[in-house]
Parts: sequence; structure tokens; C-alpha cells
Amino acid sequence: MKKPSIKFKKTSKSKKEVTKGFDQSKWIRGFTIAAVAIWIFYAFIVDLLPYVVADFFQKWLPATTVNESLVWVICALGLNIVVGYAGLLDLGFVAFWAIGGYCAGWFMSDFFHQVNIHIGSMAPAEQPGIHLSFWAVLFIGALICAAFGVIIGAPTLRLKSDYLALVTLGFGEIIPQIFFNGENIGGFNLSNGSKGISPVDNIGLFGKKLGPFDLDWKYLIFVSLAALMVFISLRIRGGRLGRAWLAIREDELAASMMGVPLMKSKLAAYAVGAFSGGIGGVAFATHVNGVFADRFSFAISIILLAMVVLGGMGNVWGVIVGALSISWVNSTGLPAFGETVNSALGTNINFPSYNFLLFGGILVFMMLYKREGLLPESRLKQILHEADDTTSNIGGH
Amino acid sequence: MGNTSARFSARLLIERASASIIIGLVFFWLAVNLVKSPSQFFQASVIGISNGVLYALIALGYTLVYGIIELINFAHGDLFMLGGLFAATFISVWFGQETPSTTGYGVFFLCLIAVMGFCATINVAIERFAYRRLRRAPKLAPLITAVGVSFIIQFIGIRWNGSGPRTWNSVLPAGEFVISGVHIPYTTIISFAVTIPLLVLMTFIVTKTRRGKAMRATAQDADAARLMGIDVNKTIAFTFALGGALAGAAGLLFQQTRGVTNYNLGYQLGLIAFTSAVLGGIGNLSGAVLGAILIGLVQGLNDGLPIGLGQQWSQTVVFTILILLMVFRPTGLLGKPMVEKV
Repeated sequence: MKKPSIKFKKTSKSKKEVTKGFDQSKWIRGFTIAAVAIWIFYAFIVDLLPYVVADFFQKWLPATTVNESLVWVICALGLNIVVGYAGLLDLGFVAFWAIGGYCAGWFMSDFFHQVNIHIGSMAPAEQPGIHLSFWAVLFIGALICAAFGVIIGAPTLRLKSDYLALVTLGFGEIIPQIFFNGENIGGFNLSNGSKGISPVDNIGLFGKKLGPFDLDWKYLIFVSLAALMVFISLRIRGGRLGRAWLAIREDELAASMMGVPLMKSKLAAYAVGAFSGGIGGVAFATHVNGVFADRFSFAISIILLAMVVLGGMGNVWGVIVGALSISWVNSTGLPAFGETVNSALGTNINFPSYNFLLFGGILVFMMLYKREGLLPESRLKQILHEADDTTSNIGGH
Repeated sequence: MGNTSARFSARLLIERASASIIIGLVFFWLAVNLVKSPSQFFQASVIGISNGVLYALIALGYTLVYGIIELINFAHGDLFMLGGLFAATFISVWFGQETPSTTGYGVFFLCLIAVMGFCATINVAIERFAYRRLRRAPKLAPLITAVGVSFIIQFIGIRWNGSGPRTWNSVLPAGEFVISGVHIPYTTIISFAVTIPLLVLMTFIVTKTRRGKAMRATAQDADAARLMGIDVNKTIAFTFALGGALAGAAGLLFQQTRGVTNYNLGYQLGLIAFTSAVLGGIGNLSGAVLGAILIGLVQGLNDGLPIGLGQQWSQTVVFTILILLMVFRPTGLLGKPMVEKV
């Protein structure tokens, strides 16, 4: 709460102030050191450790969990742009994840066996289907998702915030259902229906083939993608577009009066958010070596939202912490904890079934007691508690 | 100035034209089906309308709550699911009634009262402990809370019912009668017999009683209502109780007429019911009923007609309606256009 007005004046004038909150060189150095340290640990050190320690890591933090968490981080950062920066509640983010995943399925496998297209792929040339390089698919998936973000956003931006949430939710239901029923759309097999598309091609990196079990090298790719999303998030936030988003989040009407183009800014938020959803989707498809329609459930959208809310809406580092911790709990922490408790006490409690309670509880608890998240963004904290000072507006218009 | 108005009217024209085309296509689809197989058409309509009255009970809960505190109560559908579980436990486990009999009917009516009370209590408790504290917070906060509450209730559903669907025997008679080739099950008649008095009762409460007057006043302007001596908190709690009771009744009817309970039913039906409420114009009570019957009809026709997308696209059809509605008529069929208050 220290003198926000002075800060604001400066923001509009000098670039220094804009970048002050996150010294560019500093975070890149820190991020790289942490990322490389983890890589060295999993690629080299963990095999040298005594059996007990290695076993501990295998149980509580296997390399595959680390990689999966990074995919969640990428998607959560995308959702953070929509929810945290622009203040638009998106309950259907799973749609972008699904579209990204199916881009990998379409362009990196022998699914379209009618044709035989090979561009920069590691797959053998005689294999039918469309085989593009992983990097090209990443780009294509992200662009297709961004286009879908605009398509979804365009008709709904006239709506009030709570309607918007429902419409995005509707898209989040429709798109997975299209993939699920997509075995025969007018005679065309779009998605292989509930069987899914598997396997997808290996990633080619410096002439190496990265299959589903080359976790260390894929970790490097995923962590760089996450770094890219962090970079994009931080850079845009400091720029004109980011400031427009924050203004819309804080007071839409005032922002439009000050000349912020509402439609353009909101569409951009959707597009950038969806872009990262596409990257996450492609990465996840290579992680699990396929796309499966029944994985894209509403729960994913809610888990992503819980990550953003837990960490602190609008704060990139908070969202990363939220995403890492929740995805760890979901994929490894809860089952491993349950196993330990059950074997110690001789009980038979199904701990993973408690995840609904956990995520619901996180959302409710955070909203009631710590709306700004664990690592709050200072600016958002002020807004979220602004109304607490007045007692007059009880209806909450 | 002239430029903007020209652009505006062009947009309006495109909107009108595409809306008319969509409506025309829907009527064409209906007409083709009617000509092709009239009995199937009416059969699908009967199923659709009997679904629709169920949706109406749930949709009213959304519309009541939205009307008074402008919150989309995400957890409302799950409350309906909980009502179904309570009804199944009450009738089949506690009272051991699994076949149609006089005792069975008695227990059914006893259960109707119990389940309405049960769901009303839970809804009031949710409002008291979760939403009330957030009434002055930015809109995002109560909405996210509602999503969280929905997940917590689904967790209770998983604990209570298991992670898959469970089937139950109904105490309602299973037969049907036939009017010129259209089969009408007795359960449909019973659904109507339960729903219509409830709707009449609710309309009476909202339009004729003091409490109803207080509700309408709070919906219009909570501050002014408070200055006039209305206990706003109590009124809002009463609204939640009313919505919860209707959801409970819907849960009982669903469980008894379909014989199925599942923890995620509330999520699916809740979204359909919400779409109905929006279709009718959210905040408008008769709109919610109209919207629910229309949605039920569309869904029934889509699932049952010879030329239709079929059941696996049911959700997609409903959400497409929701999205088209948002594009062309966000205020719904009976809603009034809203002006943003500054």
C-alpha cells in the first residue's frame, strides 16, 4: 500500500520503472541456474546416489513428474495472462490444451495415413502420415490455438464477466466432445474418437531421437518452453498491451474511457493465453506419447485455475509455484503420501480420490482468506481488498 | 458520427440476418422430421418436455440467486445431485422401499419434504459460510468460490455414491399409456404433478407474500432495501433456501424417474439448467421455466428424431445454443436489456 499514485505516474514515463519489479538479467540468470542444476541432478547425479536416496527420489519426485509439472506451468502461465492479467475468467482452458494435443496427433504421427508428408521429422521416410518437426508442430499448434482463442473470444467479449466464464466453459465442453465423437464426422475421421492417437513421433534434437523415455533431454526442452512463457509474460506485462490488460482488469469502464481499446486488448489476452495452451498441449502429447480424448475434462480447467489462484493471480512467480506444487500433489504427492500412510497405519484409504476436495478447498479457502494468493502481486492485492474498506455497497454491483 | 452509426447498423443487419437463417434452419429441421415420422416426433417431444420440467426446477434456483446477488451459483447443479443421493438413501436404504406400493408412495411424499429441507439447509449453509463474506468482493472472487464449492460437493458425492453411476429401483409405477402411438410413462405424469404445484407455490411466495416482496426489493437495490428496514441477509438466505428446496425436489424426481445417481450428474444437468435460465433471461422466473422447457424439447428432439445429431452430441447442442444466445441475445427471451451501473 505504499503510494501507488506516484508509482503509476512513473510507469507511464520511464521504462526503468516498468522493468523494476523483475530485473531482466537477474531472473534469467536465476532461472537458468535452477533449471540446469535440476537437469544435472536428474541426468547424472541421481544414478550415482546410494540406493535409498535414489529410491526416495523415484518415489517422491521422479523425473517424469518434473516434466509433467513443467507442462502444467506452461498452461498455467497462459491462463494467468487471461485471468490474472486481463481479469477475464476462463473456465474452458482445457480446450486449448486439447487442440494443441491434437495438433501433435495430426502432424506428428501416422494418423493421416492417406498421405505421406515428411518435413524435418525423425520418423522413417516410408512411414505414412504427416510427420513434421516437433518445433514446427509446436509453432503450428500454438498458432492454431491462438486463432481459436480469438474465435472463442470474439463473440463473447460483449458479455459481462460471469457470462463470459460460462461461455468459455461451454467451449471447454464442446471441443473435447468434438474430439471424443470425432471418429466419424460426415465420414471423416478427425480424431480417432475415444481410442485417441498414439504414438506420436519422437522429438528430434541435434540429430538425437528423443523417445518417451528420454526424460532428461525432454526436461531441457520443456524447461526452455516454460522459460519462453515466463519471458513472454513478463515482457508483455511491462509493455503497452500489458498495462492495458491491467487497466481492464481493474476497471473496464475507466480503461475504455482512457482510450484503451477493449476488444483488441481482450482478444490479445485470449490469443496469448491460448498460444501457451497450444504449446503446453503439444508438449504434453510428446510427454505421454499420444493424445487421448477422455483426458480433457473440466477438472483440468479447474486445476489450472486453482494453480493460478493459489500462487497469486497476475504474479508469474506465484503462478509457477502454484503450478509446480499442485501438479506435484496431484500426480505424485497424494498417491505417494497415501501409500506411506496406508503402509504405516495398515489402513486402506484411497488418497488420490481426495483431489476433488483438495482443489475445491483450495479455491474456496484462498478466496475467503487470501484472495491475492501465496505470492501476491502488490497491485492486485490493493484491488482485491479495495472494497473491504467501504460498507455501503452490500449488493456487490 | 455517421460512420459509426453506419457500421453499427451494418453489424445489426448481419446479426439479424444470421439469426434468422439459424432459426429458419431449425424450423426446417423440425418440419422435415415431423413429415417423415410424426409419431417419433411427438414421442421425442414428450420425453423432451418431461426433461424440461426437471430442468425448470434447477434453472429456477440459478435464476433466483442470480436475480438477487448477481452470482452464478456454480454449486447449484451439484446440490441437485446431492438431493438425488439423499432421496436414494432415504427411500431405498432407510425405509427399504424398492417397489411401487402404498407405503412406497407415502415414503415418496415424505422424502419430497425431507429432501427439500435437506437441500435448502445445505444451500443456506453454503451461502452463510462461503458467499456472504464475498458479497462486496470483486466478481471474480465469489465465482471462483462457487466453482470450489461445486468441487467439494462433488467430492461428497463420490464418497457417498462411489465414483461410478449407481442404479436404484423406483417406488413409482413403471407402466405407461398410449395416446395414438405416443407412449407416455406414468412417471412423466407424476413429474408434472409434483413440479407444477411447486412452481405455483414458488410464484405465490415471490409475488404475493411479504418475504417475496422483500426479495424483489433486495434484488432491485440491496442498499435501499436495507434502509427500508428489510433484513437483507435474511432475505438472501431465504432465496437460497427456496432455490435449494427446488433443487432437492428435482433431485428426488430425477432419482425416482431415471433410477440413476452419479456424482457428476449435477455438473452436467446444472450446466443445462443454467443455459435454460440464460435462454429465458436470467433473473426472470417465468423465463427460466420457458427456457428449461425449450432446452428440454431441443435436447429430446435432437436425441430422439430420425434426422438428428444423436445423443452423443447432446451437450454440444445445448452449449451451442448457449453460445449463439450470448452472441445474438445476451438478455435471453424474456429478459430486459441491462444497463451497466457505474
